[in-house]
Amino acid sequence: MASVTMTVNGKTVSGDVEGRTLLVEFLRGHLGLTGTHVGCDTSQCGACVVHLNGESVKACSTLAMTADGGVVATIEGMANPDGSLGVLQQAFQDHHGLQCGFCTPGMVMSAADLLQKNANPTEHQVRDWLEGNICRCTGYHNIVKAILAAAATLRGEKIAAE
Amino acid sequence: MTKHDGIGASSKRREDVRFLTGNGRYTDDINRPGQLYAVFVRSEVAHGRIVSLDTTEAAAAPGVAQVFTAKDFEGVGGVPCGWQITDKNGDPMKEPKHPILAEGKVRHVGDPIAVVVADTPEHAKDAAELVAVEIEDLPAVINMRDAISGGAAVHDEAPDNICYDWEFVAENKAAVDEAIRNAAHVTTLELVNNRLVANPMEPRCAIGEYDRSDDQHTLYTTSQNPHVIRLLMGAFVLGIPEHKLRVVAPDVGGGFGSKIYHYAEEAFVTFAAKKLNRPVKWTSSRSEAFMSDAQGRDHVTKIELALDADNTFTALRCTTLANMGAYLSTFAPCIPTWLHGTLLAGNYRTPLIFTNVKAVFTNTVPVDAYRGAGRPEATFQLERVIDKAARELGVSPVALRKQNFIGKDQFPYQTPVAVVYDTGDYHATMDKVVEMADLGGFEARKAEAAKRGKLRGLGFAHYIEACGIAPSSLVGALGARAGLYEAATVRVNPTGSVSVFTGSHSHGQGHETTFAQVVADMLGIPAEQIDIVHGDTNRVPFGMGTYGSRSLAVGGSAIVKSVEKIVAKAKKIAAHLLEASEADITFEDGQFKVAGTDKAKAFGEIALAAYVPHKYPIETVEPGLEETSFYDPKNFTYPSGGYACEVEVDPETGVVTVIAFHAADDFGNLVNPMIVEGQIHGGVAQGIGQAMLEHATFDENGQMQAGSFMDYAMPRASDLVMVNIDSSCNTPCTHNPLGVKGCGEAGAIGSPPAFVNAVIDALSERGVEHIDMPLTPRAVWEALQGARPAVAAE
Repeated sequence: MASVTMTVNGKTVSGDVEGRTLLVEFLRGHLGLTGTHVGCDTSQCGACVVHLNGESVKACSTLAMTADGGVVATIEGMANPDGSLGVLQQAFQDHHGLQCGFCTPGMVMSAADLLQKNANPTEHQVRDWLEGNICRCTGYHNIVKAILAAAATLRGEKIAAE
Repeated sequence: MTKHDGIGASSKRREDVRFLTGNGRYTDDINRPGQLYAVFVRSEVAHGRIVSLDTTEAAAAPGVAQVFTAKDFEGVGGVPCGWQITDKNGDPMKEPKHPILAEGKVRHVGDPIAVVVADTPEHAKDAAELVAVEIEDLPAVINMRDAISGGAAVHDEAPDNICYDWEFVAENKAAVDEAIRNAAHVTTLELVNNRLVANPMEPRCAIGEYDRSDDQHTLYTTSQNPHVIRLLMGAFVLGIPEHKLRVVAPDVGGGFGSKIYHYAEEAFVTFAAKKLNRPVKWTSSRSEAFMSDAQGRDHVTKIELALDADNTFTALRCTTLANMGAYLSTFAPCIPTWLHGTLLAGNYRTPLIFTNVKAVFTNTVPVDAYRGAGRPEATFQLERVIDKAARELGVSPVALRKQNFIGKDQFPYQTPVAVVYDTGDYHATMDKVVEMADLGGFEARKAEAAKRGKLRGLGFAHYIEACGIAPSSLVGALGARAGLYEAATVRVNPTGSVSVFTGSHSHGQGHETTFAQVVADMLGIPAEQIDIVHGDTNRVPFGMGTYGSRSLAVGGSAIVKSVEKIVAKAKKIAAHLLEASEADITFEDGQFKVAGTDKAKAFGEIALAAYVPHKYPIETVEPGLEETSFYDPKNFTYPSGGYACEVEVDPETGVVTVIAFHAADDFGNLVNPMIVEGQIHGGVAQGIGQAMLEHATFDENGQMQAGSFMDYAMPRASDLVMVNIDSSCNTPCTHNPLGVKGCGEAGAIGSPPAFVNAVIDALSERGVEHIDMPLTPRAVWEALQGARPAVAAE
């Protein structure tokens, strides 16, 4: 057992983990942050995507110990401070970008990383970016629409802020 | 009610907020105090005799509570099958026992042998490695032709590996044979409907709990139908009466059929929780899901279509081998029979139809319903053989279909395969999709693609499905061991809010939104005042669950019946309060009015009066405002539609690119068009997945060759395009109160033939007539090489 400490959604947390404990197990099991899901065991499906030090990572193939001292963001931290849905979350609801909801946290976290890297992606770029996120319900149609819409909203907000 | 949340509105989904904020509550998110963890030890071989099984070392490992084997389940029933098929000789199908844990023999890779229960998942996993199993390999039968041609028997009860040999419609057999002999033209096609893995994104999970104080069992499970699990597990496996067993299916992350069935793991955790007096949790890994979730499709078929001299269909004959896998899953026997044979008329007036289906045991994972279940298999072979016939006859595939369609003035239409279609307009949906696909402009697009060295194809298909399953007396006569009605309680609370308890289960379909829209529309109150409760046998009165596109058509109808009873009772109360005759009371937009006056009471006032019955017709009307209904459908519903797919094939690599997909569906009335479109998107993605990417294959030893997402090609965003959808051709269902037909499976039914017809259209100039699914680059490239002998010879 080793002790790890990290910042998760702005709060400092720590716990004792085994060397083999995965970041997703630490989030779900130790911290009770069950919004991050496990959909496979080969790092393909992306239901477990979180941000580690600002980049999207698959929490099922990241050891908890490698996140020691790091900054982690999960789906539970994506809403606005007043509890209302963030821009990307709201776009997923507006465009029916989710059905069973299981892949959704990973989709949102992955898309958030895309939009911070590319504020104006094409449909093709969105589809390519989602290579590591599998959805079985939506056929991706409305997920792609939601991400493109969120990108447009965020660009608009940025313009307004300037 | 506001206009934006009643029937027909694309209301945003209320369930989305919890899913988008990480507040969904899936089974694996639930942890019970003192819970233990179960890890299954599974067979690594497809067929074998268990020579020895030593659990001593595992039982002594750190944290282990107990290691279970078949010995612990003596006197416990096997996993039951819910549907009995009668063979052509009148004998019942062969129904070998499906034990909770293997009894002496293992019959497929993944067959559970032992279970370790320990205090942490890690301890359970470590100890599972210490279970010593010695298995003597037995010859395994993997493909169906080997299985029925003298291969080793999977079960002693079925030495020829045939579960049943079924004929339908038996009395048509001779007439069909004669019509095919005498036909002006017969088109024959042999094809495979490839085996698939459902792969909902949430792997299965089950938690058993037992309370000694009141002898209560609770099972939390990833199920599409908790009451069905309560019945099957309680009555047939563990012997627990309904009032002592609660089954909870909370948020469920997709099902597509694979979470209908009762699985051994559910019975195990329920059993072990009582034995150990602690909650026991099992969570499937994805790898485990590939070998323990029931899989789908896997038919091998020969279909023959007979036409007369003017291209009118005269007869259809279909011979199918249907893989059951190693054991009979809950609904497996009915899929290739009653959900397949009865759909062979398609949208056409074919007068004579005969099918023979042999269900075959093999040493593979059990097969059961997967999105569409039997209807995709029927539609695929029919729509493929019609396209092939059109090509052989030199006529347009669209024209040949339209020539043989049932006309919109011919409903109700009695097919030769038992079912009666109530309504539809197939010419309208076909014409619409032809327009959407711009058939007229295709030749120009094809020529442009040819300049780039690409082969462009446009394929059409028209489907029908039987949904809203099903009239109980009918399915009972066909072998179902349950009724297929649905139940709903509508409880109006004293302050006018409404709780609806439905036996349907939502695992992505959005019932919490659509069902609330129906009730809001009927009661004239805001949808926000209505709560939809599902997935808990202790809260919902009864239910048969969600599958076969039945939730709105059957479950929604039960809700409508209950709301109608509520309104009828409320009118009596309103009449008393308004000092008018009940016959003079009208109800509109949430107001009970005395016709022709301005006297009115709001819905909320009546609700309060029902619970505070001071001024009340107490002699004739009971206090309270709560009604329960069971709705048994009068017929199946028959959604239909025309689909078109346009593709480009790179002849150098065999890569197929989907360029466009068009869907013109007839689902009857729509409650929430946004959700309906989402169902089509997802269904089409699964259908294209089947047609282009997915295949659950086994090697000759019965090892899965595609046993993870690394090998099993799930459709990714980059494989698909936006789906172009039209809903302007809807004809309301004639026999349910909402006029709805169901939309969950259509996309997966109509898209595989549209896609394959498109690829064959592209390749036909190179002489390719058929390629079995999935149409991978390799399959397409090989077909092109095979069809190009001159080039290949050089």
